[in-house]
Formats: sequence, structure tokens, C-alpha cells
Amino acid sequence: MSAIAERVKQIIVEKLGVEESEVTPEANFQNDLGADSLDTVELIMEFEKEFNLSIPDDQAENIGTVGQAVAYLEENVK
Amino acid sequence: MSFKRVVITGMGALTPVGNDVPTFWKNLVAGVSGAAPITRFDAEKFRTRFACEVKGLDINDYIPRQEARKMDPFTQYAVIASDEAMKDAGFDTDKLDLDKAGVIWGSGIGGLKTFEDEVLNFSEGGRNPRFNPFFIPKMIADSASGVISIRYGFRGPTFITVSACASATNALIDAFNYIRLGMMNVCISGGSEAAVTNAGMGGFNALKALSERNDSPETASRPYDKDRDGFVLGEGGAALILEEYEHAKARGAKIYAEMIGGGMSSDAYHITAPHPEGRGAYMVMKNTVENAGIRPEEIDYINTHGTSTPIGDPQEIKAIEKFFGEHAYKMNISSTKSMTGHLLGGAGAIEAAACILAIRDQIIPPTINHFTDDPEINPRLNLTFNKAQKREVKIALSNTFGFGGHNASVIFKKYEGD
Repeated sequence: MSAIAERVKQIIVEKLGVEESEVTPEANFQNDLGADSLDTVELIMEFEKEFNLSIPDDQAENIGTVGQAVAYLEENVK
Repeated sequence: MSFKRVVITGMGALTPVGNDVPTFWKNLVAGVSGAAPITRFDAEKFRTRFACEVKGLDINDYIPRQEARKMDPFTQYAVIASDEAMKDAGFDTDKLDLDKAGVIWGSGIGGLKTFEDEVLNFSEGGRNPRFNPFFIPKMIADSASGVISIRYGFRGPTFITVSACASATNALIDAFNYIRLGMMNVCISGGSEAAVTNAGMGGFNALKALSERNDSPETASRPYDKDRDGFVLGEGGAALILEEYEHAKARGAKIYAEMIGGGMSSDAYHITAPHPEGRGAYMVMKNTVENAGIRPEEIDYINTHGTSTPIGDPQEIKAIEKFFGEHAYKMNISSTKSMTGHLLGGAGAIEAAACILAIRDQIIPPTINHFTDDPEINPRLNLTFNKAQKREVKIALSNTFGFGGHNASVIFKKYEGD
């Protein structure tokens, strides 16, 4: 697992209060990890803060799963 | 139409002198002060460096961390007190008509810490507008009633009353009236506050409203004492379950007391100072006694607003003497704020609980920290100084007065069956 993936997992565990084992690449924040729309907004903000980047709204809308978040960040974090 | 009767069937309290009703009451009767140096933030530079904080509380013992972090402390306190009250009331929730169950809560300020944290974050983060999505729902004062409503599935009237330090009393009056009118069967009511923050202490210090007796926090709240120098900020809250009498009887509920009246008035005088002759205080007691349909002489105990400020205390006393006449010297009067500090929008809730428990146990909690008589306070009054007093208590009145000149009072009566 990449360093980015590991940090993403920790943020999700912390913010959503789920077990690490639940945070699989396919896991959807809302359908699988119990997040509501506000939790998802907060997660995106946490990613922005942790990785020091800004995720535009139209990009954020496409981040619904753990894997999508990791992929986006691996591509955009410098 | 005739009004329905309203009884109290459950109570919960989270206070500076105890984190549940039995501890709260035991310490009130014992005359224990809840004041101590501030631990919530670094108060080193503040004029007042002590407060009546809730102590030894691990929120996660009551609310899972993931839920708790989406609540401001004033909502956490509301939930903890409500959980105790609901458990105490012992409802079979399968049988409750949830559309006729409400939550009417009081808070003077709402999510002050949340507001402070978010604005500090904004300011320290280069004024980058990255506000947390939970900021607004955590901060707005109604969130306590919303969270409790969701927690218990109560779908009747749910909202918050805001009238500064009278807020919780206004909540109780609204809950009482809606049940009297048949609009609800059951209501979780009360109030909470969590203002021991930088902004809360700094703001009240700027008003010169707080005691600055930093060398002796536990004796700082001394209502009616000649050397009182301001109130001591408190935090926490209490929840009461108000229930329509026939509804309570039908399910065999334990009944603590009957709520028989609620009244309001306004000073229309000054945004923070009370009317010097106690005009509003007089009228609120008159209105409440009339609303309860009793004679003034039937009141055995007044839990006063009595915050320990130089100008606030005597005006309430003058109003009591004017309204009750000779009876003022026959009843017991006390300010439990001498022990709990001033919970602002939560004050009316914990003081209503104190009145109800005084009726249950036939004992008056004291006004502690009385050292020197104030020539402005008539010595014929029994202010229950320093030590609890046993006496017959059938009817008790609780007064609360808020900034803005809002006054609200409620009356509870010993339950004596049909």
C-alpha cells in the first residue's frame, strides 16, 4: 500500500469511526462506510488539508470510494 | 376547552456539582461549591480565571466519539441529561405516540465553542474560507433539540427557546403550555449551556458581570452577601420529562411533581441591567402565580435568580417583598447558583430540578457563602444561608431573568393524586 493510501485510510478511520479492515479500495463512503453527504464534504476537506492541495468541486463529486480518493491523490499530490 | 394537567415524570442533570441527578442533589443539599480554576482553556490572562465547570466527564462514556464530534458541548450536555431523564421516565417507547412527543430545549448562546474554534481556524489559516461542513449544524442553538429529536424519534414540536438566562424556563413554559393545550403528550424539556470558553469568559468579563475573586473560587458566588462581586459562570444543563397527567397515570409512571404555572414579563428598561426597583421581577411572579391559579401565600420556597451581582440580587428581593408582603418572611428563599454558578440558558432547568427535588424530599437547598449581611437585604427574610433547612414544601417557584430584560418563572406543586 502506498504512503498516500495509508494516510487516506487513517483519515477515514478517524473521521468515520470505521474499522481499518472495512476501508477497502471498493468501499463507498456513503453506501459502505456510513457517511452522509456532510461527512463526505468533510473527508474531502481533510484530504485537502493533509495533502496540501485544493480539490475542485467537479473533481470532488467523482470521489465516492476509497480507491477513487487514493487514485486522485496519487495523481495530483506533488 | 379545559386545560390538561402536566406532571414531571423524569429528570436528568449534568452540572458543576454532579453529573447525574442523585449526585447533583446530594451536593446541593450538602452545600458543595462547583467552582474551581478553569481547565477548558488557558485563562492565564483573563480577569476571571475560575468557573463552575462540569467535572470528570468523559463524553465517550455517553456518546460514541463519531457522534459526539458532530455536537457542540452544549448539545453533548443536552443529550447526556436527556438520556438520564428518558431512562428515569421509563417509557415503553414502542407504545409512545411519537407524533405527540416533542423536544423544547433552552440555550442562551448555543455552540459558542464551535463558533470560536471555526473562526480562529479561519483567522489563523490565512483567512482561507475552509469552514467545516458541520460548523453551522453544530453551532446553531436549535441543534440540541434537533439531535435529541432524532435520537428518540420524537416527531412533535421541537425547537429552542432563546431568552438569555431565562431560556430554559421559557422552554419549560412552552412545553407546559403545548401539553396543556393537547398538542403533545410528552416533551423532553430543559436547557444547557457551554460558555466556559475564551469568548464566553472574555465577553462576560468585559461586561464586568463576573466575580474576580480568583484567590477563592469556591466562595466567589455569594448571593445576598455584602461583598458579592459578580456571578460565576457555570456550564451543563438539565432535562425534565413533562407529561400529560392522564398519559402518565395510564402507564403507571412515577410522578415527581405537578407543574402548575408558568409566566413571563419584560423589564423594557436596559439591555443588561435589571430594573432597579424589580419591576419585571415583580410582574413575572405575579403573572406566574396567577397562571397557576394559587394564592401567593401558598408558595413555600422560591429558588431565586440570585446570581451574586451587586445590582441584580437586591432588585429581586425588593420585588419578592413587594409581591408577597408579610408572607415573604414566612417562606424559604435560596439561590442554588451559590453552588452551581450561573448556567445561563441552562439555569432555569437545573433550578426547576432543584425545586422539584425540594418538594420530593421536603428540604430547601442552601444559599452558601454567606459571610456578611448586606444592609440592603432585609434580615427578616429566610434566605437559607449556608445550610439546608427541612420544612414542609408543597409549592415551589423558580425565577429566571435574562439579559434583554426577559423574565420567566415556573411553579411546581407536590403531586397529591386526583
